[in-house]
Amino acid sequence: MSTKVDARGLSCPQPVLMTLDEIKAGKTDEIEVLVDTETSKENVSRAATSQGWEVKNVSEDGDEYTITIKKG
Amino acid sequence: MRIKNVFATRWGIIGVGLFIGVFAALLQKFGNPGNMGVCVACFERDIAGALGLHRAGVVQYIRPEIIGFVLGALIAAYLFKEYRPRLGSAPIVRFVLGAFAMIGALVFLGCPWRAALRLAGGDGNAILGLLGLIFGIWIGTLFLKKGYNLGRAQTTHAAAGWVLPLIMVGLLALVIIFPQVDGQDKSGVLFYSQKGPGAMHAPLLVSLIVGLAIGFLAQRSRFCTMGAIRDFVLFRQTHLLLGFIALVVAAFVTNLIVGQFHPGFTGQPVAHDMHVWNFAGMTLAGLAFALAGGCPGRQLFLSGEGDGDAAVFVLGMIVGAAFSHNFGLASSPKGVGPYGIEAVIIGLIVCLLIGFTMRKRSNA
Repeated sequence: MSTKVDARGLSCPQPVLMTLDEIKAGKTDEIEVLVDTETSKENVSRAATSQGWEVKNVSEDGDEYTITIKKG
Repeated sequence: MRIKNVFATRWGIIGVGLFIGVFAALLQKFGNPGNMGVCVACFERDIAGALGLHRAGVVQYIRPEIIGFVLGALIAAYLFKEYRPRLGSAPIVRFVLGAFAMIGALVFLGCPWRAALRLAGGDGNAILGLLGLIFGIWIGTLFLKKGYNLGRAQTTHAAAGWVLPLIMVGLLALVIIFPQVDGQDKSGVLFYSQKGPGAMHAPLLVSLIVGLAIGFLAQRSRFCTMGAIRDFVLFRQTHLLLGFIALVVAAFVTNLIVGQFHPGFTGQPVAHDMHVWNFAGMTLAGLAFALAGGCPGRQLFLSGEGDGDAAVFVLGMIVGAAFSHNFGLASSPKGVGPYGIEAVIIGLIVCLLIGFTMRKRSNA
């Protein structure tokens, strides 16, 4: 079961806060995070890794990224 | 697939911090004021003075470092396909935050960058400033945890993201057309300081090149002095903090080598020792930076990437500097200005109101 976090248009630290909230909610073991800057992509990936999650996939669509993170 | 961004790694951010620390200290050697190799707040204030937005005679100079920061970030953003023109995340609020961030910084006499450089130069008053900065950012993180959010930005025209970079090009053109004339306080439309910190500067080309290099590297590494503290307080993440510490260490070692390290609390360059107001001024600045999502340097780099909201914050800072000097809010080596204390209190109230009232559900 995967959930989605839409952090497009938001600047740091919002995308990270939203991702961590979803991780802490503990309802899912896979999260798709949508962001639209390279910085947010890096920050979300770094935060997920620090929580023991792994970055499964990063797909790029124009100016947007979908980061799929999975509980490790 | 893009090349991996080496500057976003741990050693990348440390390397960038070291680079900034060394070259900031060297800029002082080359002529910039004491412990002010790079100070974003002071330099934007000098730009406001050079344009005549305030008429404090000792702080007037179009600082090429600021121009370099924005244009260096712009070049990096284009080279690495990260230019993202965007705006519309509560710009008027960001303008006000920028203005009060500047007012707070000028009560302390420096932004977080200069607080680090002052510490690296032995100025003990910087400790109070840095503690105030940490306290202000900590208050900001409480708001962030409660859902404080200025809302989403929208993608805009590429040219809209060029506005602040073009203003910087315009400033550079003005300096070239109206260069400093020895013994004169005005050249064409620009004001120049005859004495004081505004009269102290490294050669234009040196300042510009160092500024461009820092802008380029900071865009790649996302270097941010506020984020350094915020991420540690909020997530216990040390990534950006390592860069900030590297800056202090590198500037300290460089200062030792070139004989610029003078420990003490009194007689420090462009500083005063009113501890409470050094602390409170930086609390205000730290809170405003935290609410706006970036230190003054980061706001310049984001502007170079096409972030119009960050550009509005920068303009807010420049206007804030004008108010600071016109209204007697800015400190001097003698101590706080006649209305500095009132301004800090009003600024804190305004920032707290912004923090309390601007909450938004993240999916709204």
